Amino acid sequence: MEQAAASSLGALIGAGIVYGGAAIGPGIGIGYIVGRAIDSTARQPEMGGRVQTLMFIGIAFTEALALFGLVLSFIIQGNA
Amino acid sequence: MHPLAFTVPPVEELVTWPPIWTLHLAGFDLSINRVVLLIFLATGVASALFLAAFTRPKLVPRGIQNVAEIGVEFVRNGIIMETVGPEGLKWLPYFTALFFFILFNNMLEVIPGINFPTNCRMGMPLFLTGISWVMFNVVGIQKQGFLKYLKNLVAPAGVPAYVLPIFAPIELVSTLIVRPLTLSVRLFANMLAGHMILTVFFLATDLFFAPKITALMAVAPFALAVALLGFEVLVAFLQAYIFTILTAVYIQLAGEHH
Repeated sequence: MEQAAASSLGALIGAGIVYGGAAIGPGIGIGYIVGRAIDSTARQPEMGGRVQTLMFIGIAFTEALALFGLVLSFIIQGNA
Repeated sequence: MHPLAFTVPPVEELVTWPPIWTLHLAGFDLSINRVVLLIFLATGVASALFLAAFTRPKLVPRGIQNVAEIGVEFVRNGIIMETVGPEGLKWLPYFTALFFFILFNNMLEVIPGINFPTNCRMGMPLFLTGISWVMFNVVGIQKQGFLKYLKNLVAPAGVPAYVLPIFAPIELVSTLIVRPLTLSVRLFANMLAGHMILTVFFLATDLFFAPKITALMAVAPFALAVALLGFEVLVAFLQAYIFTILTAVYIQLAGEHH
């Protein structure tokens, strides 16, 4: 019984660490992408629409890594 | 219940509904539950809107035709022309339907009394992603031929031969497996997270409000929940936009000649 409790506690902590860790890199990456998009829109406002589209596409690709962490944390929780 | 003993229900409880009408056909579970009814509702509202707008279109649009035309124009200029270009205009009907179907399904999240984004069940994003996956592969094969498409997929021109053993499997996995996986999980996870966070704050409001002594403390979670409702409208729109534009980008990438 105690072992089951410890195992489910460990799974919960692990799921938290997995998603928290997976969110660090994409967080930095998305910040960089959006910052650069604002930079280039400020330089060339007439390219704003195109830059915005590219920004969203870039964010979507970067976000994928965080999503893997989310799925993995659900899997860990489910296997507890 | 003491407010400090606040427990959030498990995720399964938030998204699972009992079947209203049970039907098993040839091994498939075709039961109708609340989620299915909501999908019908979203589809019906979206279809009714466009039918009302375009059954008798006028040269000078009035009323609802204006709204629908802005929507179609957004998909045309904001999504297709920005990515695939003019040759992608033949997919305008599909992209418009895709965008508004996802948008209306997501918007159910913030409508009082419904408060359930149907896309927070994995089935719907998975199905839509399946269509997108088939589409971009078929376009690639049609434009380049099967062998050339496969060759451009694993070994595009300009990649030195000695990195191919590493490059080819990564490219193959990332195009054929990671792309559809992230496309569906992105929509699903964003909707589920929004649904969960709204549930948490509204439950907290309710729990704090019930006993007289903590009623004032309910103001904070309630204010946050209302602000998050506004944020979820943005997320619902953004996810519909991202799903549609990524489908367009994948089609564009598949059709590119190298």
